[in-house]
Amino acid sequence: MAEVKLMKGNEVIAETAIRCGCDGYFGYPITPQSEVMETLMLRKPWEETGMVVLQAESEVAAINMVYGGASCGKKVMTSSSSPGISLKQEGITYIAGSELPCLVVDVMRGGPGLGTIQPSQSDYFQATKGGGHGDYHLIVLAPASVQEMSDFVVLGFDLAFKYRNPAMVLADGVIGQMMEKVVLPDYTPRRTEEEIEKQCGDWALTGKKNRNRHVITSLELEAPRQEVFNEKLQRKYREIEANEVRYEMINCEDAEYIFVAYGSTARICQKSIQLAREAGIKVGLLRPITLYPFPMKPISDLCGRVKGFLSVEMSAGQMVEDVRLAVEGRVKVEHYGRMGGVVPTPEEIVVALREKFSI
Amino acid sequence: MTEEIIIAGFGGQGVLSMGKILAYSGIMQDQEVSWMPSYGPEMRGGTANVTVIISDDRISSPVLNAFDTAIVLNQQSMDKFESLVKPGGTLVYDPNGITHHPTRKDINIYQIEGARLASEGGNPKIFNMIILGAFLKVKPIINLENLEKGLQKSLPARHHKLIPMNIEAVQTGMNNLVTINQI
Repeated sequence: MAEVKLMKGNEVIAETAIRCGCDGYFGYPITPQSEVMETLMLRKPWEETGMVVLQAESEVAAINMVYGGASCGKKVMTSSSSPGISLKQEGITYIAGSELPCLVVDVMRGGPGLGTIQPSQSDYFQATKGGGHGDYHLIVLAPASVQEMSDFVVLGFDLAFKYRNPAMVLADGVIGQMMEKVVLPDYTPRRTEEEIEKQCGDWALTGKKNRNRHVITSLELEAPRQEVFNEKLQRKYREIEANEVRYEMINCEDAEYIFVAYGSTARICQKSIQLAREAGIKVGLLRPITLYPFPMKPISDLCGRVKGFLSVEMSAGQMVEDVRLAVEGRVKVEHYGRMGGVVPTPEEIVVALREKFSI
Repeated sequence: MTEEIIIAGFGGQGVLSMGKILAYSGIMQDQEVSWMPSYGPEMRGGTANVTVIISDDRISSPVLNAFDTAIVLNQQSMDKFESLVKPGGTLVYDPNGITHHPTRKDINIYQIEGARLASEGGNPKIFNMIILGAFLKVKPIINLENLEKGLQKSLPARHHKLIPMNIEAVQTGMNNLVTINQI
């Protein structure tokens, strides 16, 4: 059996990137995810696998390096935290508009503006509704453990290449900074030039090779043609929505109330469930693992047998809007959250449940 | 078994590494563990704390507001965490620098003069292991064999020669625990 290690979420992002055959990481440091690049620089993967690790002069430069690498069919990534992710949005929408695969890791902190360095989940809208301009989506994975920080780097790259679409791992300061047990994946070698040609040869910039030239662009001045392209993107998003929804349900079998929470908040809610059940309140948890595509149907299916949903987020109430769209007014949906880097306690979530549903 | 612990003191006292050694030792005996540090502005102000959970079951929240045990190493941490020990829980503290001693009657309170013992032993760096020893005397959740394995895992190889000294410090902590209040 593979070795069990004790590692920080941020360190695991770096280690897994090396192990899954990542070709390049481009970043700029920011708390609370600085250990990603620190770990990569200590590990020197360029000596081991040939992976490039580069501290760019800014977040804008870093995401455009990702854009360039992705254009060549390379497995490339960046990571940052909320303010830095805002800076990267122009690059991300260009990457989505050019239908390129890449991985973006966002270890969220409190906002708006420079905000705070403490954990937050107030970038849900930015992550799931586009973030930059134009009708596009990222595939958004929300890890709730250090193990999932590892698993979702691998899964994020797989989905990004499967759909030629940028994927995001949306974590927060808690998951980035905490240490837990983790089993890292075995090494997958970086793809050879031939393997990249085989996987991405019909679009990537791999040299002209006596074929028609490939053009990577997000620009189309003819409006009708741009509409056709948008329709193609939308068909892709419908396919992603049909095939890639992931979620976890805990203690929902007999539950009268359901917490909906992702990431670290989903972990805190599991403690709240213990506390609530000790007090005789039957509550369960639906944890979206993919935030886009959002688990609409599982939430909709619960409406027939529960009294209400409490969306718990470290935000003013963002995911709660998607919960309401899934519930369509059939039962009561409430929000409880803390903002600005304050992490809710398990106890206060139970108090909120009691108050909002008059239990 | 689930033990929810807060270790709190000044930066440089070895609070975070004590937590890491504890967590790694938990892994060595096949338990679930989590280690969640403070990394916010209070860290820049010199205080440091870490929440460590060791459990036979899957760990829910890594962030807690009530603890089975608080290991307190300065006055600021006493002010913050004495009240967050669960009734019937445990408080272990070093009296060095403590001006307001704990007053609760519904928890077990123990003292360990880690700072004095470490400086008398001529090596302030073993301070945190003395404290850890005192904690393990009160709550023997980790056996010494697994603690040694945990040390091997959490220390870089070039420091492995220091492991016997660390184990000795743990013994010193175990032998010098003073009971202040027992319920």
